[in-house]
Amino acid sequence: MAIPQLVCPAGSLAALKAAVDNGADDVYLGFRNDTNARNFAGLNFDDKSLAEGIRYAHQRGRKVLAAINTYAQAGRFADWTRAVDKAAELGVDAVIIADPAVLDYATKTHPQLRRHLSVQASATSYEAINFCRDRFGIQRAVLPRVLTLAQVENVIRHTEVEIEVFGFGSLCVMNEGRCWLSSYATGESPNTVGACSPARFVQWEKKPTEMDVRLNGILIDRYANDENAGYPTICKGRFEVAGETYYAMEEPASLNVLEMLPEIIRIGVSAIKVEGRQRSPTYVAQVTRNLRQAIDAAVAAPEKFAVKPAWAAELGKVAEGSQITLGAYNRPWR
Amino acid sequence: MIDSTRIPKIPSFTLPGVIARIGSRLPQFPHSVNLALALNAAKRMRVLPEDTLADIEGKRFRVTVLDTGVVADITYRAGAFRPLWSTDAKPDLQFTAALSAYLQMVSRQEDPDTLFFNRSLSIEGDTELGLRVKNMLDALEWPQFAWQGMRPTFLGRG
Repeated sequence: MAIPQLVCPAGSLAALKAAVDNGADDVYLGFRNDTNARNFAGLNFDDKSLAEGIRYAHQRGRKVLAAINTYAQAGRFADWTRAVDKAAELGVDAVIIADPAVLDYATKTHPQLRRHLSVQASATSYEAINFCRDRFGIQRAVLPRVLTLAQVENVIRHTEVEIEVFGFGSLCVMNEGRCWLSSYATGESPNTVGACSPARFVQWEKKPTEMDVRLNGILIDRYANDENAGYPTICKGRFEVAGETYYAMEEPASLNVLEMLPEIIRIGVSAIKVEGRQRSPTYVAQVTRNLRQAIDAAVAAPEKFAVKPAWAAELGKVAEGSQITLGAYNRPWR
Repeated sequence: MIDSTRIPKIPSFTLPGVIARIGSRLPQFPHSVNLALALNAAKRMRVLPEDTLADIEGKRFRVTVLDTGVVADITYRAGAFRPLWSTDAKPDLQFTAALSAYLQMVSRQEDPDTLFFNRSLSIEGDTELGLRVKNMLDALEWPQFAWQGMRPTFLGRG
């Protein structure tokens, strides 16, 4: 039985060290620009911190994956190829790419560098994944969070490409790589500028009894003082629909697959990914530590596996909206 | 070897209301001075990234500690953090939380997003500036000796 790699996020060198120190096998990160889908002010790596991060991880036998997973914008293709060149030069263990043109460049220019297909490529079928293997030699594909566990198993059965699934973290509206909600309000989307709800469009306004959040002037939620808040994205807002105000698209919650870990391992998943490059080293340490213990326990004795209350409590606490869900993995409909 | 980064687990607590009532009536300027001094000390230790400091030049910040009644107003100008006298002008960025939330955050026992989600921490004003400051604080790598002398004495030695 293969043991899935634990792939953890890092938005800073401190977070990378937290991931490595708490048991991540792989750490994924991005450069300080719009070539990655977590392009936020003050986040991510410059050349110096990336070189130090790679050194820190490699000394401890761990791997560093560089996410270059936005779509190259017209007239600026060189920004994306430069990111691929820099990742190769500094010695990352793999690049995570969505754009076929960037994949093509990496394949031809750095054939020895491992290539992973990003979740932003939105490849949900083994046909799409095998196409990318044939054309671009991808060795791993990250599945969007839209498939049931049975569908994930079906993909794994029909491809030689390693399959990576999300195991913990904030959920996307299940339209990954193809979402235009943010563009509708701001003209900017994750695939183009590397962020949904770019911070300069977000406005939190605290009033005595409530807090409003707006995206470019559009009211997306209003929280009472004792209510948990979520990220200021349109998909997780509450809107008035047919006279009722509620989460019209998706409730803020974090995916947490702890209870299905034995199944995930049994069907042959190669890697389990934690979302959250925008989160702090504290979050990375907390989530990595708990998932490490849970995966090790599920591998050692899958039949006896039970979620420890301490894992569930710590992961529940850092979850968005302080709520957890199994997401699409266990939805009854197809 | 003693690991000086280890500090006791900080519980969530709220100080008695009387402390805030007294604290809010005391002069606030000393708190602004203390905060500016602490940040300048961190800057001298070279833990604050220069590129982020350049981005916060001239911005006004307010840190409010709800249960002590403390309000500190500072700015960053010409290479140093400076206390601000006037608290009438609206700051560019404002952090509001109870003392325990700040202690949990700076000691890396709680994640700022978690504190924000569960409404223990409020961040108002320029959201992009807030994100930049939050990410700067998250990225800090304190030298091993940094906690010595910064340990809140009433928590005892862990």
